[in-house]
Amino acid sequence: MARKTRGAAVLAALCAGVLLTTAACGGSDSSDKSSSGGKTTITWWHNSNNDPGKSYYEKVAADFEKTHPNVDIKISAMQHEDMLTKLDAAFQSGDAPDIYMERGGGELADHVEAGLTKDLSKDAADVISKLGGNVAGWQVDGKTYALPFSMGVVGFWYNKSLFAKAGITGTPKTLDEWFSDIDKLKAAGITPVSVGAGDKWPAAHYWYYTALRQCSQDVLQKAVRSLDFSDQCFVKAGDTLKDIIAKKPFNAGFLSTPAQSGPTSASGLLATGKVAMELAGHWEPGVMQGLTADKKGLGEDTGWFPFPSVDGGAGDPAAQLGGGDAWGVSEKAPAVAVDFVKYLLSDEVQTGFAQNDMGLPTNPAATSAVKDPALAQLLQVRDSSPFIQLYFDTAFGTSIGNAMNDSIALLFAGKASSQDVVDATQKAADQEK
Amino acid sequence: MTPALALMAVFVAWPVFTAVRFSLYKWKGFGPLSNFVGLDNYKLVLQDDAFTSAIVHNLIIVGGSIAVQLPLGLGIALLLNRKMWGQGVLRTIIFVPYVLAEVIAGVVWFQLLQPQYGTVDALLGKVGLHGPEQGFLGTPEYALWTVLAVLTWKYLGLAVILFLAGLQSVPEELYESAQLDGASWWQVQRKITIPLLGPTIRTWCFLSMIGSLQLFDMVWILTGGGPANATTTMATYLVEQGTKSHNYGIAGAASVILFVIAFVMAITYQFFVLRRDTLDDSRKASRKSRKEAVR
Repeated sequence: MARKTRGAAVLAALCAGVLLTTAACGGSDSSDKSSSGGKTTITWWHNSNNDPGKSYYEKVAADFEKTHPNVDIKISAMQHEDMLTKLDAAFQSGDAPDIYMERGGGELADHVEAGLTKDLSKDAADVISKLGGNVAGWQVDGKTYALPFSMGVVGFWYNKSLFAKAGITGTPKTLDEWFSDIDKLKAAGITPVSVGAGDKWPAAHYWYYTALRQCSQDVLQKAVRSLDFSDQCFVKAGDTLKDIIAKKPFNAGFLSTPAQSGPTSASGLLATGKVAMELAGHWEPGVMQGLTADKKGLGEDTGWFPFPSVDGGAGDPAAQLGGGDAWGVSEKAPAVAVDFVKYLLSDEVQTGFAQNDMGLPTNPAATSAVKDPALAQLLQVRDSSPFIQLYFDTAFGTSIGNAMNDSIALLFAGKASSQDVVDATQKAADQEK
Repeated sequence: MTPALALMAVFVAWPVFTAVRFSLYKWKGFGPLSNFVGLDNYKLVLQDDAFTSAIVHNLIIVGGSIAVQLPLGLGIALLLNRKMWGQGVLRTIIFVPYVLAEVIAGVVWFQLLQPQYGTVDALLGKVGLHGPEQGFLGTPEYALWTVLAVLTWKYLGLAVILFLAGLQSVPEELYESAQLDGASWWQVQRKITIPLLGPTIRTWCFLSMIGSLQLFDMVWILTGGGPANATTTMATYLVEQGTKSHNYGIAGAASVILFVIAFVMAITYQFFVLRRDTLDDSRKASRKSRKEAVR
C-alpha cells in the first residue's frame, strides 16, 4: 500500500494551524457583526436542513423579524455532523454564532468555564420555570445556560408484527421478562435485537441503563459532580450488561455494525424487518424512515417500550436515560438573541415544532400536538419519569465519555471486565480533575 | 523569500510547529492555551495500550504490505510484460482498484464483508463454508488481516504499474545476449530483470512504507479502528483523541510521535537503502576511480 498524501498527522496539524490563523484574524471583525445599517444581526445555526423543518424555521424567523423590525436573523441550516464540526471550529476561533445548539452536560460546563456562553437564568426566568425539570441537563452551579427545545428518552423500539409472530403479548417490564421474550423470538427464528456497537455509543447506552437501574439517583448525581466512580453499583452495572450479552440477543456482526448508516446498520436492520427491536432514542422513527424505500420506516408496526427494570438494583425502575437539544446564546451575542430564543420556546413555536415532527417539545403546552402514537407514549414516559439521566457521555463531557464508551465497546467484545469499564472511566476522569 | 518557501512555511512548517505547541498543553479545543503540562501528554500517549497496539498494527501493515505485494506485484508485472493476448485489458483490471477513491473502495468492501447479508459470506455459504460469526471485520482476531487483504487489493495495481515501467528500462540487448548464452526464462529474470529493477523496487518499498505508517481512511471506513481496538492505527488514534474526544493536546502529542516515527524510518531507509540509487553518476564514477587509485 502506498499513498503519497502527507498523512493525517500533518493534515490535523494543518487544520489546527489554519484554525489558529483564523483565530488570530477573527478578533478584529467582531465589531461590525452586531449592527449594520441600524439593524441588529443575529446569526442562528440549526440542523433542521430538510423540509418541513427548514421552511418552518425560516417562517419563525420571518415572524420574529416582523415584530422586531430592527432585527435581521441570518440562518444557517446545516447537516448535523457538519454543524458539529463547524461549531468546534467556531469555538476554537472564538467566533461562535449568536444562537447555536448546546448538548449540555460536561461540554456545556467547559463552554461556561471558557466564558463562551451566556447565563440565561435571569433573562429567561419565565421560560425556565415553564420547562421545569427538562432544563436540568443545561444547568451549571444552579445557573441555566441553554433552553432545551427537544428532549427524548432512550427505550426499545420494536416491530409489533415480529413480536406477534413470536407469540409475545404485551411488552416486557422486567429484565427476566425481556430475556424470555428473547428466547421466544429466537425460537421463532427471528434475530431479537440489533445494536450498532461499531459506533460505540449505541452499545454504551446499554451500560448507561444498567447503571441507571443499579445505582441510585443520589449516587449518579454525585458521580457527575465529583467524578468518583468507586460505588460498587457501577461494577454491578457491568455485570448486568454481561448477563445481557451472554444471552446472545444481538445481530450477527454487531461489533462492527454502525448505528444508523445504511440498510445493514442497526437502525436499518430494524427498519427492514430483519430484527425485532433496538435500543435507541426518540430520533429512531425519523432515522428508519430515511432507511426504507417507501420513506415510512416500520410504519404501523412501530412500537416502543421503556428499558425494563432490573431485580435488586438501587435505581428507580421509572428513571430514564435521555437527552436533547437546547438553544444556547453565545456570550458576545446581542441581547435580542435571548428574546428570539424565548420566542423559539413559546407555546406557539413549540406547537408548530411538534406538528412538523421536528422533535419532542419541552414546553408542556405543546406536548398534545405530538400525533405519532409511539412518540406520544414515549413522551408520557418522559413526563412521568422521576429522574432523567442525561446520556453519560454528554454528562461527563467528551473525553471521559469517549473513554467510557470505548471500554464498554471492549466489554461487548469480551475484552474487558466490569471492573475494567469503571477503571478506564475513572482514569479518564482523573485527568479532568 | 520565494513563493514556494512561503507556501511551505505557512502550510507545512507552521502547522507542524503548532501541533508541537498543542502537544505541550492540556487543551479542549477552545479558550486560551494556558494549561501547560510539559511532556505529560506524551507520557499518556505512550502508556496508552490503544496507542502502543496502534504502532504494532502500523508495523504489521508496513511489513505485511511489502511481504505480500512485492512478490505478487513482481510476478504479475513479469507475466504482463510478456507479449500476450488481452495484455491491455489485464493491465487495466489490475490497475483499476488503485484509481478508485479510497473511501469508495472502503464502502464497497464494507458492504461486501457484511456478516450474514454480505456477498462474501453468501459466496462462502454456497461452497458450504461459514464466515466468522461476527463477520470478518467484526472479529478482533481477523479484522486487521481483512484490512490488510483489502489494502493489498487496492494497492497491488500501483506496484504492478511501477514495476512494469521499470521493466521497460531494461535494455533489450541484455535479454538477447542471455538467450544466445542459453539462459532459461527463469535465469534471465533472476540474473538480469530483478537486479536491474532494483531501484524501482526500492522506491516502491519506500512509498509503501510511508503510506502504511500514515494509514487512515481505509481503516476508518472499514472498522473505525475497532473491534476492540484491533485495527487502530496511529492516525485513527489521533483523530479519535482529537476531533472525537476533544483532547487536542493528546492528539498533538500522538501526531508528533507519528511524525518522528515516520521521519526516522524514512531517513534510515534513505540512508541505508535508497542512497545507492540517488547517488548521481559522476559521484559513482569518482568513487570508482578512487577505488582504482587505491589499488
